[in-house]
Amino acid sequence: MTRVLPVVLVIALVAALPLLGDNYLLRLGTMGAMYAVMALSWNVIGGFAGYPSFATAAFFGLGAYTGAILQGAGVYMPLAWVAACLAAALFAGLLGLAILHLKGHYFAIASLVVAEVLLEITTSWTSLTGGGMGLNLPILRISVDAQARLFFWAMLALASLTLAMNWIVANHRLGFGLRCIRQNEDASGMVGINTTLYKVIAFILSAVFVGGAGALYASWVFYIEPPDVFATLTSVKPIVMALLGGAGTVLGPVIGAVLFLVMEELVWRNLLEIHAAALGILIVILIFFLPGGVLGLFKRRRKPAAPSRPLASAEAGR
Amino acid sequence: MLYAQILINGLVLGGLYACIAVGFSLVWGVLNVINILHGTFVVLGSYIAYFCYVHLGIHPFLSIIVSGGILFVLGFLVQAGLINRVMGAPVLTTLVLTFGLELLLNNGILLAFSADYRTVQLANPLGSTIIGGLVFPLERVVATALALGLTVLLYVMLAKSRIGRAIVAVRMDAEAAALMGVNVKRIYAVTFGVGALMAGAAGSLLAIVFPISPLNSTEFLGIAFVVCVLGGLGSVAGAMVGGLALGVIESFGALFIGPEHGLTIAFTLLILLLIFRPTGIMGRRGYE
Repeated sequence: MTRVLPVVLVIALVAALPLLGDNYLLRLGTMGAMYAVMALSWNVIGGFAGYPSFATAAFFGLGAYTGAILQGAGVYMPLAWVAACLAAALFAGLLGLAILHLKGHYFAIASLVVAEVLLEITTSWTSLTGGGMGLNLPILRISVDAQARLFFWAMLALASLTLAMNWIVANHRLGFGLRCIRQNEDASGMVGINTTLYKVIAFILSAVFVGGAGALYASWVFYIEPPDVFATLTSVKPIVMALLGGAGTVLGPVIGAVLFLVMEELVWRNLLEIHAAALGILIVILIFFLPGGVLGLFKRRRKPAAPSRPLASAEAGR
Repeated sequence: MLYAQILINGLVLGGLYACIAVGFSLVWGVLNVINILHGTFVVLGSYIAYFCYVHLGIHPFLSIIVSGGILFVLGFLVQAGLINRVMGAPVLTTLVLTFGLELLLNNGILLAFSADYRTVQLANPLGSTIIGGLVFPLERVVATALALGLTVLLYVMLAKSRIGRAIVAVRMDAEAAALMGVNVKRIYAVTFGVGALMAGAAGSLLAIVFPISPLNSTEFLGIAFVVCVLGGLGSVAGAMVGGLALGVIESFGALFIGPEHGLTIAFTLLILLLIFRPTGIMGRRGYE
């Protein structure tokens, strides 16, 4: 409990952000929470289980369109969000059964291409999705300030749920099983771990909240189009964030998401032309100089004193 | 007759696809690295062909030597300087690293040449010829012949030359190759350079067929993915069969479903193949 309390306190502090009355900060906070949801979700399949999934964009876009279409049909907004979570989870379950038997690069490519196929289908299916023209969502009849607060708190709540999910997984037999799979999948099967089931559960967990984040995002910006919500970068950014903070740890992805957001705001917004190159340089630096992420640095220093603390014990370097 | 024409169009396209993919397949097979940079290497080759033609008057068929040479050096340096340092790391590390490098290089090209589409307008185009009622666009046919020729050349190089045998040896067993006196890191760099060379040459040839823009890199990378999975990873012959098959499939897909869905068909096929037959049409084979 002593480890959970500070985290809860921090979340409570962040939740008080609207008191400052700055809508720009609230927008940043909402983005940060959304990044945290995506990085934490990827962490379950990519960090714990070590499967290089590039499917985040697929789940995000699927959630965004599910939410947007349902809201357009008159479904109450929170219900549309829940439905988007379920749609993403169901999709991940079926997709997982189909592609999780692939290893390494093959799995990475299959997961990467899924978002591309969904992008094409969404663009072509004009009658349902509005095609390349995009989709407008119903306008909320509350003040701009109230909207900013509403979406900030909703996204923060979703991020907190995702964090709690990560913590539970890490301390549950599921997390232990997933770490075994990362280290040696064949051996895990031999000692009685149902690897298929564990991997599919991890894949579903990596999708469910991302689907919700997609729907929230759609409601937040009122307008979505296929290249926006199915962008390949949406799959890559969460990986960079998780690696930045420390993949396979619980707090690492959150720290990575916040750092990423700060860098994105400070550096890239001012240098729009080289924004992709700046991300590229960040990635190169990350791979060569920070292979265990920020928490990896921390862990190396603390290792002799505390060899087996659950929060820091995951092998962040993998 | 219509079908025969579409088959020819598909094969002509497919030869170029094979040339795009074979370098990617080589790097994947020997280094176990997915080179996300590959699509941008192709685009860079196209730009080199463009500038060679516009400023120096070198025909794209000849500038494959220039673009191939420049790309070989670039690829060699990228592998020797950067990727070699993370060769033993998990799949994700090399994947994310090449993705980062791709963002960097592609952004650089975008800044240098802008996103405008450029085309190579040949002064004396060969036009097309009609044989037995079938139209053969000569530029494309020659480009495809050159692309397939280069692919065959790579095959011969791997099978006969000293460095080719070293590459194959490293692919089979890097440690054993090192014990036999092969400098594995250098072979990695050479292999990556050869992969980039093939991409650059393919880019040169594509310059006379497609408009040139940095935005095309994703499509070329996608093509390389599909061809590798289609033909099975790790052999020149596989890339050749996969490339030709993809070209034909795309041509017929464009006829029956619509030309705008070409890539969708290819990607759907890729996922289905990965699910049901991950070894590709030819089955799994190495560069032996």
